[in-house]
Amino acid sequence: MEVTVRSLWTLIHGLGFGALYLLACSGALIELYRFTTLSPVPESTPGQERFLKVYLLTMVVLAWAAVLTGAYVIYPWYHAAPPPGATDLSMYPQRLLMSSPTTIGWHSLGMEWKEHIAWFAPISITMVTFVFITYGRDLKNHRQLRAAVLCFAAASFMAAGIAGFCGAMINKYAPLQGGQTIQLSQGEEK
Amino acid sequence: MNMPTSAPSANVPALTNGSGAAAILAAGIGSFALAVLALAGDKSAAVKNSLVFYKPTGALSGVTTAAILIWFLTWGLLEWCWRNRTVAGGRINATALVLLGLSLLLTFPPIVDLF
Repeated sequence: MEVTVRSLWTLIHGLGFGALYLLACSGALIELYRFTTLSPVPESTPGQERFLKVYLLTMVVLAWAAVLTGAYVIYPWYHAAPPPGATDLSMYPQRLLMSSPTTIGWHSLGMEWKEHIAWFAPISITMVTFVFITYGRDLKNHRQLRAAVLCFAAASFMAAGIAGFCGAMINKYAPLQGGQTIQLSQGEEK
Repeated sequence: MNMPTSAPSANVPALTNGSGAAAILAAGIGSFALAVLALAGDKSAAVKNSLVFYKPTGALSGVTTAAILIWFLTWGLLEWCWRNRTVAGGRINATALVLLGLSLLLTFPPIVDLF
């Protein structure tokens, strides 16, 4: 069983950071809503508030890690130009997608959208985290701030979801290949 | 208008809304800057070339770095101006959400192709 360095980075970017961020988003939205509504029950404890602050800070790290690895590690491999006359495009995902009318849309729509919309996730969640850390439970008394925080958190979820979906589909039609091979385990004959 | 901070009590804000509003509006402006830079890079070869900060990543490196700088600068400036003030939260929220909505639209390739 083996994996190439490029495949491993794709896994770290997509499953390690991106998918974990998406999973965390649903929990954050519910907790933010619960914490910041005016309803007096259930009253949150300082421990729960601290937990949500750490949870949101973890999401900020995940979101930035996802976009930075995407832009500076994965994208250059995706974007690489093949040498003139190359017929095997399997190492050049962008050109591979563009070589067929059935897959070109995954580049012209999928990647073109993903590479920009993904950045709204870290920008939004950084703001949401800053506001929550600054105001904490006092956010209950700021109806307008609360509404904006929830809208930006939802937008962050949507942006990450679109980027994640496009990334998964692009990797399905033109997976990143190449680089050093890492041996994970030796196969045994049965 | 400067508002003094008071001791927290039920339904009475302990902090002014200026700091939160600054962060919200800056996030909207930062997102919009990213969308506008991406659009400009897509439409003009000269802009695209000027946004190549890191060659392997191409113009995406400049679009995102410049947008992040604009976002942080705006945030710092607004925070400095509004930190201890109560500001018009409704109008600021609406502006930030409109900017975010426009940003989402302007990054959608079929809409970019209309320009």
